[in-house]
Amino acid sequence: MDFQLSDDQKALRDGIRSFCEGRVPVDTLRELEVKPELDRGLWGELAEMGVFGLRLPESDGGVGLGTGDAVLVFAELGRRLVPGPLAWTHLAAGLVDGAASGDVVVGGVDLRGPQPDPILVEHLQSLDTLLVLRPDGVFRVDPREVQAQAVATPLDPLTPVRHVGELPRGDALGDADAAARLRLEGAALAAGQLLGICEATVELAVAYAKEREQFGRPIGSFQAMKHLLADMFVRQEATRAAAYAGGVTLDQPDVGDVERCVAGAKLVAGEAAVKNARACIQVHGGMGYTWEVPVHYYLKRAYVLASQFGDTEEWAGDVARRLDDEAA
Amino acid sequence: MDLRYTASEETFRRELRAWLAEAVPGHGATPPQEDWDARREYDTGWQRKLYDAGYAGINWPKEYGGREASLTEQLLYYEEIARAGAPYVGVNFVGMLHGGPTLIVEGSEDQKKAHIPRILKGEEVWCQGFSEPGAGSDLASLQTRAERDGDDYVLNGHKIWTSFAQVADFCELLVRTDPEAPKHRGISWLILPMDVAGIEIRPLPTLAGETDFSEVFLSDVRVPVENRVGAENDGWRITNVTLAFERGTAFASDMIHLQQFLRELVAAAKQVTRHDARAWDDAGLRREVGHLAAELDALWAMVKLSVSEASQTGVPGVGAAAVKLFYTELYQRVCELGLRILGRAGLAREDVGELPSGKVLHRTLQSLSLTIAAGSSQIQRNIISERILGLPREPRPR
Ligand SMILES: Cc1cc2nc3c(=O)[nH]c(=O)nc-3n(C[C@H](O)[C@H](O)[C@H](O)COP(=O)(O)OP(=O)(O)OC[C@H]3O[C@@H](n4cnc5c(N)ncnc54)[C@H](O)[C@@H]3O)c2cc1C
Repeated sequence: MDFQLSDDQKALRDGIRSFCEGRVPVDTLRELEVKPELDRGLWGELAEMGVFGLRLPESDGGVGLGTGDAVLVFAELGRRLVPGPLAWTHLAAGLVDGAASGDVVVGGVDLRGPQPDPILVEHLQSLDTLLVLRPDGVFRVDPREVQAQAVATPLDPLTPVRHVGELPRGDALGDADAAARLRLEGAALAAGQLLGICEATVELAVAYAKEREQFGRPIGSFQAMKHLLADMFVRQEATRAAAYAGGVTLDQPDVGDVERCVAGAKLVAGEAAVKNARACIQVHGGMGYTWEVPVHYYLKRAYVLASQFGDTEEWAGDVARRLDDEAA
Repeated sequence: MDLRYTASEETFRRELRAWLAEAVPGHGATPPQEDWDARREYDTGWQRKLYDAGYAGINWPKEYGGREASLTEQLLYYEEIARAGAPYVGVNFVGMLHGGPTLIVEGSEDQKKAHIPRILKGEEVWCQGFSEPGAGSDLASLQTRAERDGDDYVLNGHKIWTSFAQVADFCELLVRTDPEAPKHRGISWLILPMDVAGIEIRPLPTLAGETDFSEVFLSDVRVPVENRVGAENDGWRITNVTLAFERGTAFASDMIHLQQFLRELVAAAKQVTRHDARAWDDAGLRREVGHLAAELDALWAMVKLSVSEASQTGVPGVGAAAVKLFYTELYQRVCELGLRILGRAGLAREDVGELPSGKVLHRTLQSLSLTIAAGSSQIQRNIISERILGLPREPRPR
């Protein structure tokens, strides 16, 4: 066992990090915000970086890496709040032609029960294909056939959503097992993005606490602030360990209970990112409550990601069920 | 990132598991909490069996009787002993988990030869004489004096909360050797034999009504200067090595026990009836259990990450503060849930019918110490914010 990042993994992470820093700096968030359409240029560049074809075999034009690697990449995308149905298009690589190359933008919705209500779908107006995960299988739906109403003010200004009236059943692409597998993979990727939010909020909050002065000293010298920041750090580290373990366990199923591990990663990450983003706003004081200071974007995105591929409540119930089975 | 164990790690696990399957039942039942002679015999007897089987000091050097295996094997060892319900490290805690490891890094050749093999064989029990009534979190303000007199130090002072003092043969003792120097620069780390004249031990009952720790009074106690570990007045640096082991790796096996404990709480929740349904039928409670289980898994993944990192440095890093903080607070939350599952059966500190009230209450009361001992949660947060996040330091006198 060696749970450290290999040199290749560090290079992969650093490469995607510097791409995101150059291509999606914080200022662009405000530009992207006013344009609800997905930036197809950026999408193509992400595809070229291998974001979507990362786990596709090299023989199929992919990069041939594992889910552990994908978690590292998605953590960087999360850290920079890169918008778009990243996880869905990544999951669709190999299932939907053109997804890996970025030519076809794939979004999706994860329906755990037969008749969920309401159904909200992210980025629906920008999608070429919609994947629907149902308890009994994976389905492909033509987004133009979905009756839906745009939500005028989405929670996350970078994640437009539509309220779906009627969702056609679509064409089957996979069975119940395939749907369950995609849900787990999606949860692992979302956990990666949430880890990125944990990291970014720690960085932002620490930097602000060192720089902002009140009472003649940096606010970061007040113990109440330090302890709040220390707790953010602990959540970040727990999330890192859980998210990495979730990704690696999907690749190496012999090392543990895959579902429990991914469930735990998603649950821990979702909660940690929301708490960290809230704390980050608290550290920023009144400026943190403004639209102008970009801290709020992290909290809003954290809520979006935490709701995807099973939320905290769903996964907590799932882990409990598995404990129960174990005991029986 | 590779979570798979190598063939040799798997072999290690298999052999250890087979050995434990025979050895654990053969060692008999745990003696009563307050029978210290019996506890010493039981814990050191088990340590001796580990030694004879080649399982004492998994990552300690062969030269002094260790197995010299990897930290990963050490981790597997913790998983397996917890799984087998093997005796806890008990009175060997200080020697095995931080005193011994400190000697391996900082001790002289003679000190290592004299103590390491005996710790491994269960022939020497150690205790930790760091804290004083006026020096807890602010450990460096300790006052116990050590004055040079020829080849001896003469010690006078008062230590407190000294766990296992009443059964220990040696004590890792912090003393002030230079009262004039700034407080961090006048401390030395000594090996104190507990059978010399001038030591008085007074047990100090805990809130659980147990005598886990004591006060230790030192009056003109003579210790040879050669019992000092490291240079005179360099004790603070060595203290930090000891604390790194104490906070970094000492709790690993307890984390696995905590996972088992949570499973026992599930079983208890199925036995308790509230109104007209089992406690376990409450979906809210089940989700809470699932939530804690997920956090325990995250904790164990954190341990694996830090073990992989420490494999390169040999000493646990400052990141151990995050593990300690997360673990101890999680432990208390698990206990709180246990109490809520028991309901009024938790008014008894012994089992009520089939319900494990005795164990749950024992753990709950003991868990209150976890966020205080080995550096309180507040001190861990100071460490994280200052040493990891680089925030301005707390005011420091002198
Ligand atoms: C079960 C148990 C076993 C122990 N075993 C041993 C042993 O074997 N050997 C040994 O030497 N010691 C031992 N100790 C002592 C332990 O190390 C101390 O209790 C601990 O370091 C705290 O010191 P204190 O008790 O003096 O509390 P204090 O330092 O007085 O702290 C009281 C409160 O103030 C807070 N506080 C203190 N300083 C700060 C600060 N700078 N910032 C914010 N908050 C602060 C603390 O977090 C705590 O909540 C043991 C303690 C326990 C509970």
